[in-house]
Amino acid sequence: MKTDFWYRFLRNKMAVTGGVVVILLFVVSLLASWVSPYDPNEINLNQVLVHPSLAHLFGTDQLGRDVLSRIIWGAGISLKVGFVATGFSLFIGVILGALAGYYGRWVDAVIMRFVDIMLCFPAFFLILAVIAILEPSIWNIMIVIGLTGWMGITRLVRADFISLRERDFVQAARAIGAGDLRIIFRHILPNAMASVLVAATLGVAGAILTESALSFLGIGVQPPTPSWGNILTAGKNNIDIAWWLSLYPGLAILITVLGYNLLGEGIRDSLDPRLR
Amino acid sequence: MLRYVLKRLLLMVPLLVGITIVCFIVIHLAPGSPTDLQTDLNPRVSAEAKARLQSMYDLDKPIYKQYLLWVGRLATLDLGQSFSTDHRPVIDKIAERIPITIIINVLSMILIILIAIPIGVISAVRQNSLFDKVTAVIVFIGFAVPTFWLALLLMILFGVDLGWLPISGIRSLNYEYLPPLAAFVDLLKHLILPVLLSAFGGLAGLSRYMRSNMLEVIRQDYITTARAKGLSERVVIYKHALRNALLPVITILGLSIPGLIGGSVIFETIFAIPGMGQLFYMSVMSRDYPVVMGILFIGAVLTLIGNLVADISYAVADPRIRVS
Repeated sequence: MKTDFWYRFLRNKMAVTGGVVVILLFVVSLLASWVSPYDPNEINLNQVLVHPSLAHLFGTDQLGRDVLSRIIWGAGISLKVGFVATGFSLFIGVILGALAGYYGRWVDAVIMRFVDIMLCFPAFFLILAVIAILEPSIWNIMIVIGLTGWMGITRLVRADFISLRERDFVQAARAIGAGDLRIIFRHILPNAMASVLVAATLGVAGAILTESALSFLGIGVQPPTPSWGNILTAGKNNIDIAWWLSLYPGLAILITVLGYNLLGEGIRDSLDPRLR
Repeated sequence: MLRYVLKRLLLMVPLLVGITIVCFIVIHLAPGSPTDLQTDLNPRVSAEAKARLQSMYDLDKPIYKQYLLWVGRLATLDLGQSFSTDHRPVIDKIAERIPITIIINVLSMILIILIAIPIGVISAVRQNSLFDKVTAVIVFIGFAVPTFWLALLLMILFGVDLGWLPISGIRSLNYEYLPPLAAFVDLLKHLILPVLLSAFGGLAGLSRYMRSNMLEVIRQDYITTARAKGLSERVVIYKHALRNALLPVITILGLSIPGLIGGSVIFETIFAIPGMGQLFYMSVMSRDYPVVMGILFIGAVLTLIGNLVADISYAVADPRIRVS
């Protein structure tokens, strides 16, 4: 099963491309202090809004900071937000989905109505409203994105649990006296991990997109901490003079999100070729 | 049919109650009570605002009473008064800004339908053709493009470099002196980019959905029957298959409403369009809680209504739904 997965995964061009992009991003953000040509926060008022050149490959911003360096440091921020936010979503989504799917009846009814209610809110509205009350900070952003992104995972996990809970191996576990919690987490959940893994990978992409939009609006990662979204804010403020401030950070977001989406779809195809 | 509509309306009640509870929780998310916000954590909330919050949410009463009083006022559409210097009722502020937001969203939804459905149908009918493969790549990239970034790029291209389109507001400064036709064209020019971009987000999803839907329908027995009857391929595809493949699209469009409404915050802020999204953004920035909570609630209710309309239209279009 495992070797089958890797065989299919490595032959899948989409998956490998996505995987390479994701690994590269990790490497870049871990080695940021070595690979970035300048200090991302070094202000140089003699070099304000300089066009891209050999000295500054992606130009400089309104404070003379090197855009390439800020994008490199921004990679780490994006990944952190993406992973922590998705972690929150997974935690809530898996537990609620497992409970709803395993117990059914009123537990299911209550949880799924809650999902329906949360889906009524435009996610962006809910995030903004909470941020308005809690003050923007990187931690609040991660929590709020996580708290508004678990509904899809709940539905997936629930569906898996419903189809798995009457299987023979579950009956067998029950027959030898395993408790509900043990059955849920040790027996059923591992079998439902495939779709969770795919949803999580795609979820990281979504969280990175949301974070960049929030930072762009000035309610996400706060300057001077570099984030792709807040470099784009500078791009908007200087839209008629500095195109490079708008172009490059957006490309970084696009490539990252594309990478995670490719990886997610690739994992899905490799786990179960029938799902294609 | 009437029974179905009544049933759907009844199902809305618990959702509506849930929406009010979530809104209520958000108000009380603030550490301590909402009025503690005025401490050093958030100097922007003045002592006066604190007093008004106190009376508005009856914070001196037990929590269940606070909720009931608040819902009672919601039921009469009393969303309180804005904290901004104009002190106007929140409902008035929202009401005057909703039309432009709805117009933009409806226009972009029409655009989504007009573009995504043909793309989906053609790529399904010509599965694995060049067209299918190219659109598949474009759709995949479309999922990953941050639309606000695309907005910036298009503003640079059409607004700054080419100078073809205005990049801010919904009318030019000389709008009032323009003859009616020119004024209309002026409005259209201002709306092109926002509508296009707001549609962009939904295009990828719907065209992909339409494609898989159409592929599934084409494999059905009744399509084989239609072919066996000797109908031309065109009639089979565009009459028998398309009609059935279109049905679930109604639901998908209903589901895309929250995304569109949520996206209006970004587009209206970027393009300085005086709609509900921009009001929401400004209220978040100035901590105008009554307006923030009002729009959060209205946004959820609009979604609920959109889904109801979608479900009812589906039932009108597909008798099988009504019976089951």
